[in-house]
Order: sequence, then structure tokens, then C-alpha cells
Amino acid sequence: MRLANWNEVGRMDDYARQDTPLHRLDARVKAVTTLACIVAVMSFPRYEVSALMPFLFYPMALTGMGRIPFGFILKKIIVASPFALAIAIFNPVFDREAAFMIGPVAVSGGWLSFTSIMLRFVLTVWAALALAACTGMFRLCAGLERLGMPRIFAGQLLFLHRYLFVVAEEGIRMKRALELRSGAIVPVSLRVYGSLVGHLLLRSMGRSERIHRAMVARGFSGGMRALRETALRPADWAFLLGWSAFFVAARAWNIPALIGDLVTGAAP
Amino acid sequence: MSHHIVEVRDLHYAYPDGTVALRGVSFRVLHGGAVAVVGPNGAGKSTMLMHLNGFLMPVRGEVLVGETPLTRSTAAAIRRTVGMVFQDPDDQLFMPTVFEDVAFGPVQSGLPPEEVERRALAALERVGMAGLRDRPPYRLSAGEKRAVTIATVLAMEPAVLVMDEPSSNLDPRGRRRLIELLRSFEHTRIIATHDLELVVELCSRVILMDGGRVAADGPALQILNDEQLMLAHGLERPHSLRHLHPH
Repeated sequence: MRLANWNEVGRMDDYARQDTPLHRLDARVKAVTTLACIVAVMSFPRYEVSALMPFLFYPMALTGMGRIPFGFILKKIIVASPFALAIAIFNPVFDREAAFMIGPVAVSGGWLSFTSIMLRFVLTVWAALALAACTGMFRLCAGLERLGMPRIFAGQLLFLHRYLFVVAEEGIRMKRALELRSGAIVPVSLRVYGSLVGHLLLRSMGRSERIHRAMVARGFSGGMRALRETALRPADWAFLLGWSAFFVAARAWNIPALIGDLVTGAAP
Repeated sequence: MSHHIVEVRDLHYAYPDGTVALRGVSFRVLHGGAVAVVGPNGAGKSTMLMHLNGFLMPVRGEVLVGETPLTRSTAAAIRRTVGMVFQDPDDQLFMPTVFEDVAFGPVQSGLPPEEVERRALAALERVGMAGLRDRPPYRLSAGEKRAVTIATVLAMEPAVLVMDEPSSNLDPRGRRRLIELLRSFEHTRIIATHDLELVVELCSRVILMDGGRVAADGPALQILNDEQLMLAHGLERPHSLRHLHPH
């Protein structure tokens, strides 16, 4: 029994199991650097578009160096995009004041902030996905825990990832059983769906109890420990400091504008 | 060694909703044997097993592992002695790779990395799954999953193995391998199962439970061959024994 969702979860893990210099970096370093990128991107004023462009280098580098197919990431971004669209779409409607002109066409502030929101969305989601795909959920969660994330959240995140497909499979089995007995003509009432979802919840709770039991049987006492706790190596520091310096520079100066000025010969 | 002995004395248990599951179960399992716990659905087999490593605490009566009575304070130590293999491998395999899953127990008990690796590899080799060490557990076949769950427990180096329906969901080949594997262990084994043919092959003693009580306890062949007794408790005399002892 294979599900689309099963394969997707599995593919993410496959990419995480590769062995590249990027994969060998400490999970903490990658997590902190990604967070720095996201914070920098989020700190720009609402009409900023061009200064955000250099930040695309970071997720692009993770994806390229981690040998993660761009198509895989792109699909995930598209799936998540309705949420960002729902937030951004009203900006052009309410904010119609012209910001600048491209030839005869006036570009309103609303469209500018719309573009900015979508760009930030792509940047942050891409960076987070690439981080997960080049680190692996377990190492990522263990790294986050070492960085001071409460262990209960790290554990939650890990199990969400591990049991997503188990619960989805149970849901699909129940749906199949429902379809077998309900026939194609009679629409299934909301009441039946309620009961179905309720059962799924109860089954998940039963399962989580059994998993917990299995963990306790093997000495679980609250925290997930890694087999070997590694120390940071020079490559880790270089990655962290190099990218952080780049983010600071890209936040302080509008690099595309500077390059534009250089090329056109205008005085800065 | 005395810590291989498992003893249950007059065990009573009722679930919080009032359902009485155990009404005075007593037995004693000595070192090194394979004991089957059989009985119809709802006989209290799983409830009894959950007492053996302290997931449930006796309402009345007591459980002793070695010389140690089971209490809240001894539960952690007893869990290291009694390894439990659950019915659904998906409940027991939760780490990203087979190796990490097998290493989970030793890591949790704070062993040094070299010792963790030694134990995990030894356990995987013991069940013949060393070749799968880097695979994610959810992509294994049912038989492989079962073998890996047994390895996760072996890595804890328990003295007693408790198994709930170890042969469920296995194809004949997987089941055959499991039987050979279990036969090769020197641990004290307590196996709850409906697979009576497995009992014939593996166990020297049978504890028959029904209605929360021990209905019969004795040599496997003697109990399994007692057609009246078996039928009275919703079981059947195993087919293989009919040929051995024709009427």
C-alpha cells in the first residue's frame, strides 16, 4: 500500500541520507544560519523587492550543494503557496497609490508589497525545505534540542514526521471501507464523517500510547539523545560566519542597486 | 541465574473503566524455557504481559522478576531485564534508520558510543538484518520489521523475552525464519499467541488463560492434545498433533 504522501516523506529522507560536504555540516549550524536568513528577510520594509534578491543565493546554494532536485522543492512551494497568496492578494486591492512608473504603466504600492510578500514566502519556505532535506529530520530535531529548543517540541516534530504516513494510511483505509459500504449515489453525511475523524483520532491516540510504551520499554526518559554528540569543526564555523556576513551585508546595502549603479556608471 | 525467573502471584487487574481483566493469575517461569500463553481473545493475555515489565501495576497480587518485586521504583530496572516485543512493529520502530532504532535503547541507557555500536551491530547480526542497517524501518517488509523489532530488544541484552503475537502478519517463509530465530535463543521466552503450530514447534510448556484466570498450565503437548480442554476455551487441537497421536 503506497501513498503519494508516503513517497514524499520517504523522498525527503532519501535526500537527507546523501553524503555531501553540506550534509556533513553540523545540524545546529545549518539551523542557525537558516534562521538568520529568515530573520533578515523578514526585517525588510514592506515595499522592498530588489534588496531581497541576494538572499535567494542561500536556498539556492543549499539545494545545489545538497544535490536536492529543484523540482522537488518547487512542487512543495507551489503546494504551500495558496496560504501566502491569501495573505498577499488584498494588497493590490487596497493600496492603489502609484509607487513608480515602468514606462507608461504605473506600479502601485500594493503590487509592490504583493511581490515582496510572495518573494519572502518563496525565500523562507525554500530555505526551510532545503534545510530539512539536507539535514534529515532526526539530526535537525536533535540539533534544535541542543540549541535549547524544549525537548518536548523536538520530540513532537520528530514524531509528526515519522507517523504522518502511518496515520494517513489509516485514514485512507477507513475511507475505503466507507466507500465500499456507502455506494456511489448516496452522499455521505457530515455526521458519518465526524464519526470517521473521531475514530481516526482515537486510533492515533491508541497508537501514540503504544509507541510511548515501546519507548519506555527501551529506557526512554524524556529526551532524544544522539549516538555521538559532535563538536563544531572549522567547516561549520566557516559556513555559519560566511553566510551570516553575507546576510548582514545584503541587509545593510541594496546589492542589486549598487551593482546597477556600478554598471550604469551613476555615482552612489 | 536467578534474574531469569519470572513469577506472577495471584495477579488481579481491572481497567479504569471497570472492566476486570485478570482475576488471580499465578505462574512461575524458570530460566531458559519457552512458555506459550494461549487463550481466546479477551482472555487477559495482553493485560498479563503488560504487567511483566511494569506498564500496568497489579491491583492485587504481585509480579517478581528474579528476586525483585515489581513496583514503581523497580520498574525501570525490570524493563532492562525483561525485553518486550510488541504486536505491531510500527509501534516499536520509530527512528529514521534501522541502526538508530536498534541503538535507541542502549543510547538511552547512557552507554558509551563504542558499546552502543557494538551492541546494535551484534543484535542486528543475531537476527540476520545487519545488511539493512541504513534503511528506514517503514520501508521494510513485515518479516524484516519483525526481525528488527527483536533486534531492538536484544540490543538491551535482556534476560527474558516477552512477545505478543510474534508470528502475526508474516508469510510462511517469514514465519519459518522467526521460529528458527526464536528457537536459537537461550533467553527465557514468554510468547502469547494464537499460532498453535508455532507453540508445538517452539514451546515446552503452555499456560492456557481464559476469563482472566489460568485455566490450565502444563507440558505443551499434553495441553494441546486435550481436545475437550482446547474446545472448551475457544481453541483447537493443532492439526499437526493429530498425525502424531491418532485416536
